[in-house]
Amino acid sequence: MNSLPKWADVVLVPLISLILAALVSALVLLAIGQSPMQALTVMVKGALMSPQGWGYTLYYATSFIFTGLAVTVAYHAGLFNIGAEGQAQLGGLGVALCCLMLPWPHWSLALIGAMVAAAVFGAAWAAVPAYLQAKRGSHIVITTIMFNYIAAALMIWLLVDFLRPPTSMDPASARFPATVSLPHFHQLPFISDFFLRYTPDGQVRLNPAGEPMYQKVPANISFFLAILACVGTWVLLWHTRLGYMIRAFGKSEKAARYAGISAVKITIVTMLISGALAGLMAINNVMGQAERLLQNSAEGAGFIGIAVALMGRNHPVGVFLAAILFGFLYQGGAALGLETTIPIELRIVVQGLVILFTGALDQMVRMMLGFAFRARRA
Amino acid sequence: MAGAIGSGRQTPAAPFAIELKGISKAFGPVQANKDISIQVAKGSIHGIIGENGAGKSTLMSILYGFYKADSGEILINGRPTSIPDSQSAIRAGIGMVFQHFKLVQNFTVLENIILGAEDGAMLAPSLSKARRVLDQLSREYELDVDPDALIEDLSVGHQQRVEILKALYRQAEILILDEPTGVLTPAEADHLFRILNGLKDQGKTVILITHKLREIMEITDTVSVMRRGQMTATVKTAETSPEQLAELMVGRKVLLQVEKQPANPGRTVLEVENLRVVDEHGVERLKGINLHIRAGEILGIAGVAGNGQSELLEVLGGIDHGTGTIRINGKELDLTGKHSDGQSRRADGIAHVPEDRQVLGLIMDFTAWENVAFGYHHAPEYQKNALLMDNAAIRADCEAKMATFDVRPPIPTLAAKNFSGGNQQKIVVAREIERNPDLLLVGQPTRGVDIGAIEFIHKQIVALRDAGKAVLLVSVELDEIMSLSDRIAVMFDGRIMGERDPATTNERELGLLMAGVAEGGAA
Repeated sequence: MNSLPKWADVVLVPLISLILAALVSALVLLAIGQSPMQALTVMVKGALMSPQGWGYTLYYATSFIFTGLAVTVAYHAGLFNIGAEGQAQLGGLGVALCCLMLPWPHWSLALIGAMVAAAVFGAAWAAVPAYLQAKRGSHIVITTIMFNYIAAALMIWLLVDFLRPPTSMDPASARFPATVSLPHFHQLPFISDFFLRYTPDGQVRLNPAGEPMYQKVPANISFFLAILACVGTWVLLWHTRLGYMIRAFGKSEKAARYAGISAVKITIVTMLISGALAGLMAINNVMGQAERLLQNSAEGAGFIGIAVALMGRNHPVGVFLAAILFGFLYQGGAALGLETTIPIELRIVVQGLVILFTGALDQMVRMMLGFAFRARRA
Repeated sequence: MAGAIGSGRQTPAAPFAIELKGISKAFGPVQANKDISIQVAKGSIHGIIGENGAGKSTLMSILYGFYKADSGEILINGRPTSIPDSQSAIRAGIGMVFQHFKLVQNFTVLENIILGAEDGAMLAPSLSKARRVLDQLSREYELDVDPDALIEDLSVGHQQRVEILKALYRQAEILILDEPTGVLTPAEADHLFRILNGLKDQGKTVILITHKLREIMEITDTVSVMRRGQMTATVKTAETSPEQLAELMVGRKVLLQVEKQPANPGRTVLEVENLRVVDEHGVERLKGINLHIRAGEILGIAGVAGNGQSELLEVLGGIDHGTGTIRINGKELDLTGKHSDGQSRRADGIAHVPEDRQVLGLIMDFTAWENVAFGYHHAPEYQKNALLMDNAAIRADCEAKMATFDVRPPIPTLAAKNFSGGNQQKIVVAREIERNPDLLLVGQPTRGVDIGAIEFIHKQIVALRDAGKAVLLVSVELDEIMSLSDRIAVMFDGRIMGERDPATTNERELGLLMAGVAEGGAA
């Protein structure tokens, strides 16, 4: 296994896994009588070939970056955080409370407040499993899974009994005030031009007030926060003492004890950071897109984060790239549903196959590559 | 068999049990075996000695069908034999006892022995056959093991006997043992040697791979020396000396005895009083230890592994907790683990070279430079500011340490697991000694370390002593204890059985103490 050169491990293995996933997906499409080429064309066109497509792809990717980083940080301490889903939902609760309860004069201040709230709520939701793991030895995989269910139930209760506006039939909070609305890509300087709407004869479409009109996209400034989070995670893990201790503890608990690194402290601190990152995802979907708290707000992004972290080799750069791939799958899958007769459920099949091949079966690819490399050398 | 006599065999003299001709094997650019030829006479014990990485294991893996040689020929009993896999090796009558046993822990001895050699789908006939064979073998060779015991309940020495039985059950005529005594007590090793001699008397051929000169001298008939993938010499054991073998192994003259001046002890650095440790199963592992070490002196702790030495080191190093009193430079240490850990011990001037460098002392996946900071990651010189570590400074420090301690290859970015055992140990020793501690704890400093590095590490320990520091040395190698220590304390069953002066004691006396026999009768 160690005989694989680094570039092969980092580039070749995920690439081959992806191609395998694509091939099997193609077989599935053929089996239901659809054209794989057509599906691929529609997906690429829908997700990548227009600014609007990117506006969606990057929106999804932003959420996946946060949850992917959450899983990554925990992984380096040898902890498998399956609870990013619940932590992200609690982050959403923090964002909603922050945006609804306080009178924010400007979105930028609200953003800072909401980030703190999202991180604190996400971290708090991770704190209990962390404590149970550190002090009681209850396995973090089990407890974080259970906390996902508890989070879902808690959110329904809070939404229905407390946050729902009295007249609403919807288990969702009230809409956030317009002042806390985050700038989207089509509202940002420099890049808004990509999203201008044109008349058929090539003129910029103007609204009655004479201002140019833009195509609305959900991607918002949280995408840049996600990039900052990637950089921050990288600095944390490889350039701080805490990161050093996290990685040492993750590699060998016994050796960490010899070095005087406290298992309890590292487990709890790491899970707090992990939960905070998962919670921060809510800035993107709750504050940036929905602008109110919906039931099941995380929509599975917490679980996608596991696949993203696995595929991204638990490195922020890899997480970033893998998140964009999954963003593409999400948006491309939606395009499939709109423009073809291919059922939208196929998106889930393709995602499943990508997760299967990049996550679960990549050891198989690595083994085969190992043989190939050894054969070449012998 | 009688019909074979006079039936026109080509070779008049008895053929060699094993003959290798021009075996070469390369892994990429590394030539692990270069044109190796060797002849092992039937019914002899043949030693293969060499430093770590000399190519011994590769050669034996070729013989056992794990690797295919790039070129060369293998002759078994005079017949050219191809060994593409371990099944063919077994058919050719070769049995292998690995350094790390390949036993199923929760199977019984019998079940392990028939594993892979079952006669059919139903186990009962195989088991009863194995029981008969085992009974006979154990009477023949002093290989007594309870056939119904679970492997996990057996001592390491007994587990090794099961491995030998496994090979004999498969009718091995040639038995290869890879570093068999690394995990054994002196008494168990003696027993193993008796078994091997018994096998030899029955006409079996034994190949013993080791890096311990003493074993080679004690038991082998002939010995082959390997260095850097080549066979540098094959000599009759009776006609050689440890010094000559060491020189052949390392390629230069080696000091087998540690050169040191008499100790010049000063003030007391470490005082231990009535130290007790109870493990997680409630078993008392340390039963009231009293000892002291003065500045400029090495206290050696002799004893068979598992008699509390590890616990002693771990309590002193802040890994484990216990009760009693430990004072360093007069300051009493916290033993509860509530206010102390590995960090506070380092702050108190204690450095620790742990017994198991791969489990405790190093993070094997970390690079060398990351490991140089391990345990000292809070040291101010490794920090850039309040937030960031100064990775460049650690790397520079690692380079400096690698130069001083002659770590090879001197590449700070190489992962610890990619260094040889000796070089891994040099990284740990460099890290701990260069901190200039008041007390150095050293556990098994030269386990799995090649001769060249042993000499170097011993010199460093003595140099630290001469700089006026206290050293607590724990080792299961009696030679090492005798040659390094200024005083020797012997541990048995969590107690110190007695203290001896290395100048006046001998192995026999220490051996008795190690077995728990105190002066004037049993303990």
